[in-house]
Formats: sequence, structure tokens, C-alpha cells
Amino acid sequence: MAHGPAKGIGRWLRATNHKDIGTMYLWFSFAMFLLGGAFAMVIRAELFEPGMQIIKPEFFNQMTTMHGLIMVFGAIMPVFVGLANWMIPMMIGAPDMALPRLNNLSFWILPFGFSLLAATLFMPGGGPNFGWTFYAPLSTTYAPPTVNFFIFGIHIIGASSIMGSINIIATILNLRAPGMTLMKMPMFAWTWLITAFLLIAVMPVLAGAVTMMLMDINFGTSFFNAAGGGDPVLFQHVFWFFGHPEVYIIIIPAFGVMSAIIPTFSRKPLFGYSSMVYATAAIAFLSFIVWAHHMFTVGMPLAGELYFMYATMLIAVPTGVKVFNWITTMFRGAITYETPMLFAVAFVILFTIGGFTGLMLAIAPADIQYQDSYFVVAHFHYVMVAGALFSSTAAVYYWIPKWTGRMYNETMGKVHFWVSFVAFNVTFFPQHFLGLAGMPRRYADYSLQFADWNMVSSIGAFAYGASQLLFLYNVIATIVAGRKISDPKVWEGAEGLEWTVPTPAPHHTFSTPPAIK
Amino acid sequence: MASESNYYIPENSWMPVLTAASLGAMALGAGLAVQGKTPLFLLVGLFVLACVLFNWFSTVIQENMRGLTNAQVKRSFTMAMGWFIFSEVMFFAAFFGALFYVRVLAVPWLGGEGDKAMTNALLWQGFSAEWPLMQTPDQVAGGTKFVGPHENMGFPGWSKITGWLPLWGTLLLLTSSWTVHIAHHAIKHGSRGRFNFFLAITVALGLAFVVLQYMEYHEAYAEMGLTLKSGIYGTTFFMLTGFHGFHVCLGVFMLAIQLLRGLKGHFKPDDQFGFEASSWYWHFVDVVWLGLFIFVYVLG
Repeated sequence: MAHGPAKGIGRWLRATNHKDIGTMYLWFSFAMFLLGGAFAMVIRAELFEPGMQIIKPEFFNQMTTMHGLIMVFGAIMPVFVGLANWMIPMMIGAPDMALPRLNNLSFWILPFGFSLLAATLFMPGGGPNFGWTFYAPLSTTYAPPTVNFFIFGIHIIGASSIMGSINIIATILNLRAPGMTLMKMPMFAWTWLITAFLLIAVMPVLAGAVTMMLMDINFGTSFFNAAGGGDPVLFQHVFWFFGHPEVYIIIIPAFGVMSAIIPTFSRKPLFGYSSMVYATAAIAFLSFIVWAHHMFTVGMPLAGELYFMYATMLIAVPTGVKVFNWITTMFRGAITYETPMLFAVAFVILFTIGGFTGLMLAIAPADIQYQDSYFVVAHFHYVMVAGALFSSTAAVYYWIPKWTGRMYNETMGKVHFWVSFVAFNVTFFPQHFLGLAGMPRRYADYSLQFADWNMVSSIGAFAYGASQLLFLYNVIATIVAGRKISDPKVWEGAEGLEWTVPTPAPHHTFSTPPAIK
Repeated sequence: MASESNYYIPENSWMPVLTAASLGAMALGAGLAVQGKTPLFLLVGLFVLACVLFNWFSTVIQENMRGLTNAQVKRSFTMAMGWFIFSEVMFFAAFFGALFYVRVLAVPWLGGEGDKAMTNALLWQGFSAEWPLMQTPDQVAGGTKFVGPHENMGFPGWSKITGWLPLWGTLLLLTSSWTVHIAHHAIKHGSRGRFNFFLAITVALGLAFVVLQYMEYHEAYAEMGLTLKSGIYGTTFFMLTGFHGFHVCLGVFMLAIQLLRGLKGHFKPDDQFGFEASSWYWHFVDVVWLGLFIFVYVLG
């Protein structure tokens, strides 16, 4: 199969090549990132000052909902699938993904699914307005008619995730080069193996949740209606049985990226590789048995509150193992701070802050105060933005020289980092204060005492949004006119099979399996 | 060409993107159809999907017959089918979980169990918890939106056991799991006639099960007052057995395709993955039924 890429648009529509499909995933997720980001800008613009300025409350609700849905399902999940597509075959010595046509199907479902989802904003009644967690009865009895498109959109997007995950598992379990044992695999492949398992286990449960909604809305069932003997809280249980593993689906591949970047720029092997593997598996296991910590205020029996509180706190143990391993990897290393490493160090610090606020939220009696306040918003943006997003940004800077054979502009990369880092903290750190002072989330307006920190937060958000355009410019400039490089080992301290293939990576790598030492 | 040391990557293909487009059309169309608007997009999407999948599967079969599918690719297919079935298990788990939650927690709470006495007193006074739920909270409060059934699908007592449809359904499905296993054994030993015969029996048993389920649903709607709208008992009953029935239909369809392939002379003693995958799916459907039989019927 020693031929180059096909010409024209057919190369992308008919793709079976993992690099082409990975590229499409990356660009798609960046487009969704800008769209979801635009929604965030609308939210922060409205919250710049108290009172209603720019949009109506109904539209504000649609913005918060769509911002969450687009960012979680459209931006962060696909970006890591894109990285998996590009890197896993190269890391494990495989020629491609195990099921190349299924791979392309997984990708192409996304543009259709998200077009449908975004189109609801222009339909009568407006788009989904019930929050990204779409709790019943807001999403059933009181939902706009477009909720049906949302339901079927989630169905096909979920199918895409399941197929993509099956492909990744089959690739990792079946296509490793001879001699590449599981415990010799790069951490990034390990984290994706575990993430793919989580996805296959919980995306069907999400499908079940939206199916129950569909039936309640259109066919008279009473899953979430107490009048028929059901329970709206049942929705929250089903949703969070999906939802808690889901947030780890988002962060675990980010751990994998960190475990690739930090050793490279510390010029030391990853500290505690096997403990990293076991810690990741432990986090994945725990993610299945802690879901109701999202529901401490719904009136669970006391025994349930206690169980979910203690089980949740357990997660800090394997997560701590990972954080300490990264720090120990850096300890006494010959560290240089290129852009990927800057993002990686920021990840470790800011993710740890997000983890600590998570522990605060895990304490059931305290959570009653924090529940549904801006403290929660601050908490999950520390792990979603400074966690998953910083990690995927770092990954792009780290691997783009290998992908394109061109070096990005380091100065611009550093400016992007520092503006992102400062703006991120200006945006989200004050939201801790707002939440502790009692500002509830998901409202279009707020009391006067919250005005100052909201203005600070909005200014930070605009700066953060603008700095991402710099990133886009840097990426395009690299592809079009970056300094050409040809050394297979782009970074001095990088280890692994992907750094043994030529730079830029040829269209087909490893038509025969490489030898593993 | 096909050996362990030389990987096989399929050529570029239109099939995936067309499949995705048809799924997109179906999502749009289903959203319109449930609102009582045009079913056109749904039907067109379904038609295109059927055509593309037919083409896709026949391409894969032809590739295999031309010897392009090496042992490694076959392992990938095997793994993919296994994980797909696991995802199906988790889909059913969501609905079983809902059943357990309402039976063990939600309905007793509505009846005032534990520290929920005030829920009952203030919201649903007079409602008492029972399972199967024959009288909904709505009914007790004088509503008509959810009206409970006058009969349920539970065990009718030893005297009426011969007329209890789910028992016959269980026998049909267990027998079919056995016959499909015999068919598998037969093709592995090269006895094609025996394979075709027992696979045909399996398909027939599957169809008989679907007929039985149709009779049961008819009885539920016509005589027992048990419908989707009869509260949480009807909801969980129809959703669990309905999704199972849908999967039975899918399984019968898959096995019927394998039967047609068997009659055309496909499959070899050492290569019958299409059939094997369908038979795994069939065993999975069977196991789900055992869960239903125990938790929905016997303990219902």
C-alpha cells in the first residue's frame, strides 16, 4: 500500500488513513471549540454587569446549555480521539487503526450530529435550554419541541463514540508490534485503552437516558414522573452513571499527554510507570461507583450520602499518585520550558487546584452550601479548561512538528501560553469567591454584590477567547510557512516509536511491524 | 499478500461517509416524525442506510473470499463484535437499573417508606406502594393521565402455568440457543447440510418467539389495560421487553442472512466469522431474556 494521499476533497470524505482522519478530528474539534467559545463569550458579555443587557434570559439558558454540550461532546472528546488517531498507531508500531473504515464513519457522524444540534438554535422554541446535564423534568415536561432533535443527535454522537472506542481498543490490543507488551506501551496508549473501555461502558447508558426522555415526552411513559410511579431523581442517577465516568473520559487521555510531555522536557523517563498504569485503572474503576456525589442535595438516604462521600474521597489517592509521579519526573531533571512544557506544568498546578476543590465538593455536608453555585463552575473549569484543554493544546504544540515537518513559532507559542494562563485564572479564580458568596450558576442576572468579580471574570474570559485566535494563527502559520525540520527526533529528550519515523510522518507508517527492543 | 508480517489497509471508500449521512438524515427525520411531522427523512435515511450497509458487508465478505483478510484483521473483527455486545449489555443495564431503582426505592418512597412519610402525606395521600404497581399515584389523587392495569404479567399460579406465555418464550429461546450451537458445531466439522438445517430451526424458533411476544402485547393492550401509559409498571415492562424484542428481531435478521449465506455455500470449517458473530449476538439476546424472565415476570 505504498501510495500517497488521494487528491482533492475525496481524500477526506473517503479517508481510511488514520492520520487523515486524525487531522479531521482535530480541525473539527477546534471548530467546535470556537463555536462553544463564542457561546461562552455571549454568556460572559451578559454577565459583565448586573441586569439584562444583551440577550433574553431564555436565550441565556440556551447558551449555557449549548456551551456545555458543544465543549464536552464536540470539542474535548473529539480532540483526544484525533490525537489517539494520529499517535496511537505510531506509538505502538501499527500501520493504521484496526478498523479504518469504521474509523471514518465514527468521524463523519460528528459533523451531521452537531449540525443538527446547532440547528435547533434557529428552530421554533429555540435550542435545548435545560443545561448540559438535561435534568428531567426540565428536559421532558418543560422542554422545547427541539428536544427531540437533541435526543436523536445525542444518539448518533454516542454511536460515533462507541465505534471510535471499539476501534481504539482493537488497535491497542491487536495491532501492537511484536515485542511491544502492554507494560511497554507509552502511557498515552494506556490512558486511551482505559478511556475507550469507559466510553463503551457508559455511552450506552446515556443512550438509555435520552431514550427514557424520548418515551416520557412522546409516548406517555412515566420514568421521570412521580404521578405514574416514576421519579425525576431516577434521571439524575442514570445520567450521572454516565456523567461521572464521562468527566474521566475527558481527563484520562489528558493524563496520557502529560505523561508524554513531562518526561521529554525533563529529560528523564516517566517516574513510576507501572504505578501510573495502575492508578489510571483505579481511577477508571472508582468512576463507576461515585456518581451520586453530584446529587447530594436531592434527598438521598443518609447511608447513600456517606457512601458516596467516602468513595469519592478515595479518588484523591490514585490521582495523587499521578500528580506526585509527574512532579518526581521533573525533580532534578534538566528541564527546559518550551511551549508544550509550559502548558504541562500549568496543567499539573491548575489541575491540582481543581482536584482540591473537587475534594471540598465531595464533603456532603459542605456540598449543600456549594451545590449549584459558581464554586462548582470554577471547580470544573479548572479541570476541564486547565486540565483537558491545556493538555490538548500542549499536545498540539508537542506533536505538530512531527505531523507537519515544520516548527511552530516558539515566541508566539509562549505568548499564547502566558496570556492563556493569566486570563484563565483571571476568569475562573474569582468564580470561587462568587460561589462561596452565594452566587448561583445558570442565571442570566445577579445581585449587585457580585458585580465586581463578575466584571473581572468577564474581562479574563474575553482575553482567554482572544488568545485562542493567536493559537489558531500560530497553527496555520506553522502549516503554511513554519521552519522546515527533518530530524526524526524533534525534541531532544523524546523517547518512543513515533520519534523514530521520519519527520514529517509519512502518509503510511510501519507497513511492516518495527522491531521493539 | 495476507500474512502476519504485512498489514492490510482497505482502500478509500465512500461507504462510511454515506452511512454517516444516512444516520444524520435519520436523526433529523426521527426528530420530525415523533412530532407528527413528515417521516420522509427518516425513511429515506433508513433506505440509504440499508443499501450502504448491504454494500459494506458484501464488500467485507468479498475481501475475505479473495484472501485479503488475514488472521490479524479477523482478530480485530472478533474483538469489535465482542465489545459491541458489551455496549449492548450496558444499554440494557440502564433499563434494568431503572427497574430496580423504582421497585426498590422510588415506589416505596412514594408510599411513605423510610423518612419519606411526608412525601406520601402531602403529595400522594392514600397511595400505597406495591409491585407490580396496579394503581398509580396519579389515580389515587384523582388523575387520569396514568391509569394502572387491572392485570399484570407476573406468575399466574401453578394451575395456569401452561397458559403463561413467557414460560413458552423462555423454552423457545433456550432451545434456539442450543440449536444455534449445534449449527456452529456442524460447520466446524464441515457438515453443511446439518449446519443449514439447525440454523433454519434457530431462525424459526426466533420468529416463533416474536409471534409469541406479539400475542402477549396484544393481550396486554386489549384485555389487561397494561399499556405504555399505565404508570411505571407498564413503562418498565414494555421498555425492557420491547427493546429485547427489537434485539430478537435484529438477531433473527442476522441469523437469516447467515442462513442465506450458508445456502449459497459460504463459510468454511475454519472460517465462519459472520455466522459466529451472529450466534454470539443470539446468545446475548438469550441471556438478556433470562434476566427479563426472572426480574420482570417471575419476580414481577
